Amino acid sequence: MMLDNSEGYVTDDGRKIGAVVMEMKNITLRFGGVVAIKDISFDIREGEIRAIIGPNGAGKSSMLNVISGFYVPQEGEVWFHGAKRPQMRPFEVAQQGIARTFQNIALFEGMSVLDNVMTGRLSFMKTNILQQALWKGKAEAEENENREAVEKIIDFLEIQHIRKTPVSRLPYGLKKRVELARALAAEPKLLLLDEPMAGMNVEEKEDMSRFILDVNDEFGTTIALIEHDMGVVMDLSDRVVVMDYGRKIGDGTPDEVRNNQEVIDAYLGVSHD
Amino acid sequence: MFYREAGDFKTSYTDDSQTFPIKFDRYRYYVVLAVGFGIIPFIINDYWANALLLPFLIYAIAAIGLNILVGYCGQVSLGTGGFMAVGAYACYKLMTAFPDVSMFVHVFLAGGVTAIVGVLFGLPSLRIKGFYLAVATLAAQFFLVWLFNRVPWFYNYSASGQINAPERDVFGIIITGPNAPAWATYLFCLIFLAFCAIIARNLTRGTTGRSWMAIRDMDIAAEIIGVNPLKAKLTAFAVSSFFVGIAGALFFAVYLGAVEVGEVFGIQKSFLVLFMVIIGGLGSIFGSFAGAAFLVLLPVVLKVVGVDVLGWPTDIVAHLQLVIVGALIIMFLILEPHGLAQLWRVTKEKLRLWPFPH
Repeated sequence: MMLDNSEGYVTDDGRKIGAVVMEMKNITLRFGGVVAIKDISFDIREGEIRAIIGPNGAGKSSMLNVISGFYVPQEGEVWFHGAKRPQMRPFEVAQQGIARTFQNIALFEGMSVLDNVMTGRLSFMKTNILQQALWKGKAEAEENENREAVEKIIDFLEIQHIRKTPVSRLPYGLKKRVELARALAAEPKLLLLDEPMAGMNVEEKEDMSRFILDVNDEFGTTIALIEHDMGVVMDLSDRVVVMDYGRKIGDGTPDEVRNNQEVIDAYLGVSHD
Repeated sequence: MFYREAGDFKTSYTDDSQTFPIKFDRYRYYVVLAVGFGIIPFIINDYWANALLLPFLIYAIAAIGLNILVGYCGQVSLGTGGFMAVGAYACYKLMTAFPDVSMFVHVFLAGGVTAIVGVLFGLPSLRIKGFYLAVATLAAQFFLVWLFNRVPWFYNYSASGQINAPERDVFGIIITGPNAPAWATYLFCLIFLAFCAIIARNLTRGTTGRSWMAIRDMDIAAEIIGVNPLKAKLTAFAVSSFFVGIAGALFFAVYLGAVEVGEVFGIQKSFLVLFMVIIGGLGSIFGSFAGAAFLVLLPVVLKVVGVDVLGWPTDIVAHLQLVIVGALIIMFLILEPHGLAQLWRVTKEKLRLWPFPH
């Protein structure tokens, strides 16, 4: 791997990784006396699959919540596309092009799959409430336009058959896929995945892994993911951040991380055979 | 057998997202419209209009309004009676201040005024939810009724403290007051109901409706997905209050003609409309119609059966009526918490497969 800090690098399998898209600078997040994240800095490059790993309670999900604007860190700065991000509400972060999925599926249970995915396209909806009340004209045109984009994602993730099904009726694995569809519908610049494979069997994990790789490959989406399945993490990701008790204890390619003694002690462990 | 979607192919997204995607539903809708606008006005009389049709039409508007807030956006409100009173008093002030302006304009403006008041009382929803919000809207209910009782300007300093609808017309046809013909009042309310139902449907199938439902189903996730909670909640309050205000204005001006605010728009009214929404089905426009029809029809049917058919004394029937309506509400909540709309949905699914069980 050639590493060039300003321009990016080329991975072993020949994918070009671009410049830094998002940079976290000295983030510290406290809840009262509990320090969830302690002075962590790392960056995410364009087109990259970046993993965040670590034992339970290490602060991984908190980190994702900081990126998506749900938590406001006490110290540190978030830089997005070369500019320091001012403090903003989560929906404004979403409109900037950061979409995410959740550890415990957070779909809108009362709505159909189609409506859920359409909700992901909110930032493309420009008509006002009067135009929507009329429906005919602008609102309908906009609806159809976005429906077309959503149908492409539905095709891509192979969920055509459950389009009109209420989400509450779906099995777990499909719900995860619908959640990914909803995030993709936003055409994000940065996609955050919080344990996309938690609770899945091997076959579902394989499917999900392929979808993640395809998303990265076809749309060029930058992805940051949290995952506990080390096989998946090491295979998918270009670079890995390792956290433990709110600190960063490792950062680098999967190989570098795998051989980092501190990471082995805190998280990976050694095999007993 | 004939209720089928097989062979009814959609070739455009417009076709797919229309209000009644199944042909049979669509034709039934046209038939209902034709009967409502073309046949009933010719056969209507005063009894039918005052006992059944007007209250049904007006309550249906109020129920659609409340359903947008409670059923679609998940914000519980107990202030419906108060907001109806705002519509009624706004309409009264407009009617007396501008006697020459068409009633259509007055009722619309009354809805608009109520929307503004609704947004004001919706502001607490940004910080509190669930029961606590319900209590905050309850405060709105009591405050508004108190306000209209205590400030003489609202009832034009009349000695009785009541408001009386003066005679007003639309295109020369009298709509309010004792001389209004039944068919005219009926059509006037029906036009507003059709208008409100179509607007509600258009909003709920589009972007705004999805934002509302997202807030209802999981507000934190909705915000992270990109829903602006402030905008979603306040538009829900505005649209909901707009409809409820129209219902209040019609209830006062067209249906009752004279209103004493504490009696007509008290907390009972809030609960009645809320029951309609719950029994009809939360988050369903059809449910609002069904709930309103159910709670308007039921007392009339019970009275006809008790007094006219069985010949019981009126007071006993009146008491029994309360018992039976109460029992039915409880039964409904236990057996079908999703209301009449869900029953209807299940029936349709069964019909689609009929005569086969699966």
